[in-house]
Amino acid sequence: MDPEIRRLKQIAYAIRKDILVMTHAAQSGHPGGSLSAIDLMTCLYFHDMALNPKDPQWEGRDRFILSKGHASPALYGVLARVGYFPHEELLTFRKFNSRLQGHPERKFLPGVEISTGSLGQGLSVAHGMALGLKLAGSPQRVYCLVGDGELQEGQTWEAIMAAGHRKTDNLCAILDHNHLQIDGIVEEIKNEEPVPEKFEAFGWAVHHIDGHDYDAILTALEAARNTKGQPTFIVAETVKGKGVSFMENNVDFHGKAANDEELKIGLAELDLALAQLGGEA
Amino acid sequence: MSEKKALRDAYGKTLLALGKENDKVVALDADLSGSTRSNWFAEAFPHRFFNAGVAEADMIGTAVGLSTAGFIPFASTFAVFGTGRCYDQIRQSVCLSEANVKIVVTHAGVTVGEDGGSHQMLEDISLMRGLPHMRVIVPCDYAETVAAVRYVAGQEGPFYVRLSREKFPVLYADDACPFAFGKAHTLRQGKDVGIAACGIMVSQALEAAELLAKEGIEAEVLNVSTIKPLDEDAVEALARKTGAVLTAEEHSVYGGLGSAVCETLAERFPVPVRRVGVKEAFGFSGKPGELLKHFRLDPASLAEDAKALLKRKAR
Repeated sequence: MDPEIRRLKQIAYAIRKDILVMTHAAQSGHPGGSLSAIDLMTCLYFHDMALNPKDPQWEGRDRFILSKGHASPALYGVLARVGYFPHEELLTFRKFNSRLQGHPERKFLPGVEISTGSLGQGLSVAHGMALGLKLAGSPQRVYCLVGDGELQEGQTWEAIMAAGHRKTDNLCAILDHNHLQIDGIVEEIKNEEPVPEKFEAFGWAVHHIDGHDYDAILTALEAARNTKGQPTFIVAETVKGKGVSFMENNVDFHGKAANDEELKIGLAELDLALAQLGGEA
Repeated sequence: MSEKKALRDAYGKTLLALGKENDKVVALDADLSGSTRSNWFAEAFPHRFFNAGVAEADMIGTAVGLSTAGFIPFASTFAVFGTGRCYDQIRQSVCLSEANVKIVVTHAGVTVGEDGGSHQMLEDISLMRGLPHMRVIVPCDYAETVAAVRYVAGQEGPFYVRLSREKFPVLYADDACPFAFGKAHTLRQGKDVGIAACGIMVSQALEAAELLAKEGIEAEVLNVSTIKPLDEDAVEALARKTGAVLTAEEHSVYGGLGSAVCETLAERFPVPVRRVGVKEAFGFSGKPGELLKHFRLDPASLAEDAKALLKRKAR
């Protein structure tokens, strides 16, 4: 295995443990959609994006917006390991007086670019951010993680139309396409397919990849960085609950934390996976 | 009060001036830039103007994004689309993050006229006033609009400025507008009844005061251009001085100026109050003057309501 990919995977599996632990401690939160997105977010935060955790408002940073704000455990896990706040603070997630709100809030926690949680709004904000950076002459990029249930929000398509129209090429959206939403299977509740073709029709460069394949993720991110004249949408096929056997493709864990027994089993599985990767990075 | 000038013209002109003074000022519209007058900015600064098309939710989100990149976005459309259509975007993306977004709308109220009820926004003050961190200004004339728009450009955080389509009587000289954010301004002294008004109802109230004066009733007229935060001291002083307060707004009586005044007086100095505004109704097509009269927002109706209120005043 490529050493960089091994390193990234080790980080992602350690954060998977964080996701289980913090949602278990809160007995609340959304582990399923956090686990599906974490490989993508690890590649962004630990490989692709320019960051300075010591100065969260550093002008040279790339921006990330978690439009599917309920995947906050993934974001907090990443931000803690990058160094925005102490790792032990993860255990305060969703608790009274915590900076780790149920859904990410800018005013509570450095590193959160904008408050999200009401689905469908993040891509418009990300697009405005990208337009602003361009207007300011900044070379920095904006990333936005969108959920597939969220595509049912009309505003998402307003933003897709707008960025395609303006050819906003410093914007890269990523679809966490895990095919499940709270009430069940996306295709049954309101079918969105064919998703990649729709994004293409709106003028986006589209990469349709396996969202747990690090080669594919890094290649797509690199291609997005080099794409001029159009925004990029990475359609990442993912598995909800990825990495924890009983959570995989199980919609019950969209918004439910593991109980004590499940936590034990889940952590054991993740420790095994980590051991196979040579331990934590 | 014979001269009339359009508040949206004041907005367009001021936005253009701000654009010249500060290259961080950007503007957005949702396909109504010709009506809101943001097109004057757009023509001068095409690279700093973003037309969202008919997509108000996206416009608000884009404005939020631009603000995070250090810009001062002014987002404009009609009042009905700029609040109700994108209420959740204003709540979640603007106010929850305290984003530096200025929402300046035109075409509020029944004076929109012919377009009818779908376009005559009467609930926007209520919607915006309820949002944490949102500050609400309803200017009464041209000069006050210039002053308000200039003020919000220099302040951090969200503002809602409510303007109209119609030309309003000029009440303040261009170079002598006393606008101070959060402060109400007394335009006429009187001891018998107080009228707290905003927007077009300020000039209507001054005319009503003239009618009342002919009958020996002295009305004090308070221009409450900042609805939130309300100048509670001025409202209390008005109640203490006159003992009866009429509120007047081109808006629903639910949640707007009348509600705000009642909330304050109930806590600080209860006196008889009568709220003039639209009661449990949508507007409909007609000429602005016809509609103002129908909804009893004309000077004669205001004077009648003031007299009805006086009957309840403790003697």
